[in-house]
Amino acid sequence: MKKIHELTAFEIREMILSGEVKSVDVVKEIFDRIEATDEKIGSFVSLNKEKALAAAAEVDAKIAAGEKVGALAGVPVAIKDNMVSYGDPSSSCSKILEGYEGIYDATVVKKLREADAVIIGKTNMDEFAMGSSTKTSCYGETKNPWDTTRVPGGSSGGSASAVAASQAFITLGSDTGGSIRQPASYCGIVGLKPTYGRVSRYGIMAFASSLDQIGPFTKNVKDAALTMNVIAGMDDYDSTLEDVEVPDYTKALTGDVKGMKIGVPKEYFIEGINPGVKKVIDETIEKYREMGAEIVDISLPHTKYAVSVYYILAPAEASSNLARFDGVRYGHRSTDVNSIDDLYINSRTEGFGDEVKRRIMIGTYVLSAGFYDAYYRKAQQVRRLIKEDFEKAFEQVDMVLAPTSPGVAFRLDDKKTPIELYLEDIFTISANLAGLPGISVPAGMADDMPVGVQLIGKAFGEEDILRAGDALERVRGEWKLPETY
Amino acid sequence: MAREWESVIGLEVHLQLNTGTKVWCGCSADYDHSPINTHTCPICLGHPGALPKLNKKVVEYAVKAALALDCDINKVSRFDRKNYFYPDLTKGYQITQFDHPYAEKGHIDVTLKSGKERKVGITKIQIEEDTGKSMHAGEESFINYNRASMPLIEIVSDPDMRSSEEAYEYLNLLKDAVKYTDISDVSMELGSLRCDANISVRPKGQEAFGTRVEVKNLNSFKAVARAIDYEIGRQIETIEEGGSIDQETRLWDDESQVTRIMRSKEEAMDYRFFPEPDLVRLVITDEQIESIRETMPESKVEKMGRFGRDYKLSSTDASILCEEIELADYYEAAVKVCNNPKNTANWIMTEVLRVLKDESKGIEEFSMSAQDLGEIIKLIDSGKISGKIAKKLFEIKLTDERTPSEIVDAEGMAQVADTGAIEAIVDEVLANNPKLIEDYRQADEGRKPRVMKGLMGQVMKASKGKANPGIVTELLTNKLS
Repeated sequence: MKKIHELTAFEIREMILSGEVKSVDVVKEIFDRIEATDEKIGSFVSLNKEKALAAAAEVDAKIAAGEKVGALAGVPVAIKDNMVSYGDPSSSCSKILEGYEGIYDATVVKKLREADAVIIGKTNMDEFAMGSSTKTSCYGETKNPWDTTRVPGGSSGGSASAVAASQAFITLGSDTGGSIRQPASYCGIVGLKPTYGRVSRYGIMAFASSLDQIGPFTKNVKDAALTMNVIAGMDDYDSTLEDVEVPDYTKALTGDVKGMKIGVPKEYFIEGINPGVKKVIDETIEKYREMGAEIVDISLPHTKYAVSVYYILAPAEASSNLARFDGVRYGHRSTDVNSIDDLYINSRTEGFGDEVKRRIMIGTYVLSAGFYDAYYRKAQQVRRLIKEDFEKAFEQVDMVLAPTSPGVAFRLDDKKTPIELYLEDIFTISANLAGLPGISVPAGMADDMPVGVQLIGKAFGEEDILRAGDALERVRGEWKLPETY
Repeated sequence: MAREWESVIGLEVHLQLNTGTKVWCGCSADYDHSPINTHTCPICLGHPGALPKLNKKVVEYAVKAALALDCDINKVSRFDRKNYFYPDLTKGYQITQFDHPYAEKGHIDVTLKSGKERKVGITKIQIEEDTGKSMHAGEESFINYNRASMPLIEIVSDPDMRSSEEAYEYLNLLKDAVKYTDISDVSMELGSLRCDANISVRPKGQEAFGTRVEVKNLNSFKAVARAIDYEIGRQIETIEEGGSIDQETRLWDDESQVTRIMRSKEEAMDYRFFPEPDLVRLVITDEQIESIRETMPESKVEKMGRFGRDYKLSSTDASILCEEIELADYYEAAVKVCNNPKNTANWIMTEVLRVLKDESKGIEEFSMSAQDLGEIIKLIDSGKISGKIAKKLFEIKLTDERTPSEIVDAEGMAQVADTGAIEAIVDEVLANNPKLIEDYRQADEGRKPRVMKGLMGQVMKASKGKANPGIVTELLTNKLS
């Protein structure tokens, strides 16, 4: 008999809807579990026990009264600390937003509430989503539930570990260069980055506006599809959304991938990939072949420029997006102030961590007079070439398969240089640059750590990659999350 | 040998659009009349996670401005970020249109008092946003964000002007043209019109431009003209004394009537412009432009033409009446009441404008409504009062709450039109002036009118000015012949 926290979101929702269990009791149990486990993991930076129990009680009352309830009725979910929710601490895990409470709800938060989900708290992340390890959070590290001497990945490390440690059924993360998919792979769970323009960014503290997307972490693909039904779609407040109909994503999970053309890009199978990871990916490709999918060798020739392009464009946009953190209207304001320059310089120097400062400086540099053409403009041009690589590939195939990461979760005390950390994103970054949807699904183990396979779809092709991911789960067999830490 | 100099002037004008709500959010744009910091929201305050959403009405108003200034409208244009730090700029960047503005290549035709004409090109018009308002009190500074993200358009002229007079006229014409479209109050006093000037000098005949200096803090059209003249003089003097002009930004000090340095080239800000990723390209279709063009009020030129055709006014008169749209509206409202375009035009051009000039007021502040003026003219035309009495009535009505008719009745100003009563007075005057009668009958045709005038004067005096002059003339002429 599975314990409550071992169930999937779909399963627990069914039990709540049928009256078999009360949302309030589920929420209580989740909070007990968090209390018992989070000291070892560190998924959460703030918890909302009172509000959550009140929300849960409301859902229970609605159900008891026979009223219609939303698609995530009573399900405890957590959100990344860069998502603004009304009245709750929202800080992007940065000292510069110490004590800041949201003055409005992000659109995705509003949608979760409308779906009657119960938001239990905020999860840990790399400061302002800049990182691949969650180590740059101002609140401290998060540990990988599979091996607490290792990182959960980043930047959405806390959201990933919360699902992996069964502290939440669904969490939301954000992905700018791989920050959902990489932690999903490291933590052995499903992580989906939607197409750029699929999910509203209103209320998500911007890192790189043309790359950021919000997506779910879940225990299985079905839960991810369920969450997408709730968070996808148009919104008056985000001008970059595309008016594409939101299908019922769960209907895509037919288990049938016969005839699906899956492209395997040679540039993603290079020297330096952990041999154990390579073995898992090769076996996964075989599984798809056995399921009747057609495996096609393709080339994405500009892949080698992706990391450089990203580390020009993302910091450039970030340097501008983070200019609003100046201590004038909200957030940390230095007390050591004798002039307006002091106010800006000291507040920001005190409030921002090193990686954030590093990226602001890079971004400012590549936008500055005399360098804009050589860096920013050039990077935008190469970005278009990377996008065109995918467009050409999608004339031949329905989706692209690749490793999510070249390795498994690295150790917390691994002294990686900033550049080495940047190279962690090598397989995930292109999907952000091209604005395409990408999912990471647990495919196997290497060095006793989980390995995720990545599927990248056409623009608004979430249904295809969800179907392929779900099919893989069916042949992969049961996937057990770690119980003790 | 003193060199001959030519000055080169370009103007950048910022206009606030009165769209009712701000450019990126639904906050009210009524910033001046509201308590501090009451028209704000996460978007215009630059809170974490907020995103801009373009107000469609801003585009409509911007297109009207472009049409009024004869610009080409770009079907596709783009927004950019202008990055700098200042407490009144909530996001740390201003969203503007840097290299792909929505309108370009317009013009304003300036005519000077001397008759000289200059076609001043408009380089571009761009949509952008206003900042909050700073207030300084001693050691403290305060910011009111009601104005943050108010919609602005920036109109940049080509460096085509060559004198402060041209600049002054350009500003007036620009103000007229835009005011006619009703998209902005275009008032420097209210802050909805702001102007910066770019000034350089070069030896006459030289093609290359001299170094340009930007002058800010110009708070009236007159200040613009004075600052331009001062700056031209300063630049010429500097060069003639062997110095050179530095590219810099200067402030106009209206008290001392000089420009002072504000920012040197070295201190010049690098705004790190890049395309705004949170907004999609602005697409304006031909259909949109046409439908907006249809809703626009007629331009000043069109109105003048119509006044000429419909009201049979001379082009000079039409020009005077169409000077300001409010005056033209006043004229037409008065004509509606009395149906006498010619007299209404005369009354306004002589009496009304005289009073406005004496009282330094605009027609909007004029104490007499168009309906009242129309009524006065109607009273004349109907014969109820004489032209002379009407002038008195006009003066009274300036400060009197009663209607013109009420005043006429109360003050007994009505003309006597009763032929019988007038005849009685005429007979009396004739009886008392036998010599004048003799005089009239003896006089040649040339002198007759003068004698008649004298007799008329006596009759008018006897009737206390109330006799209908037309009837008096008729009676006298008949009785004397």
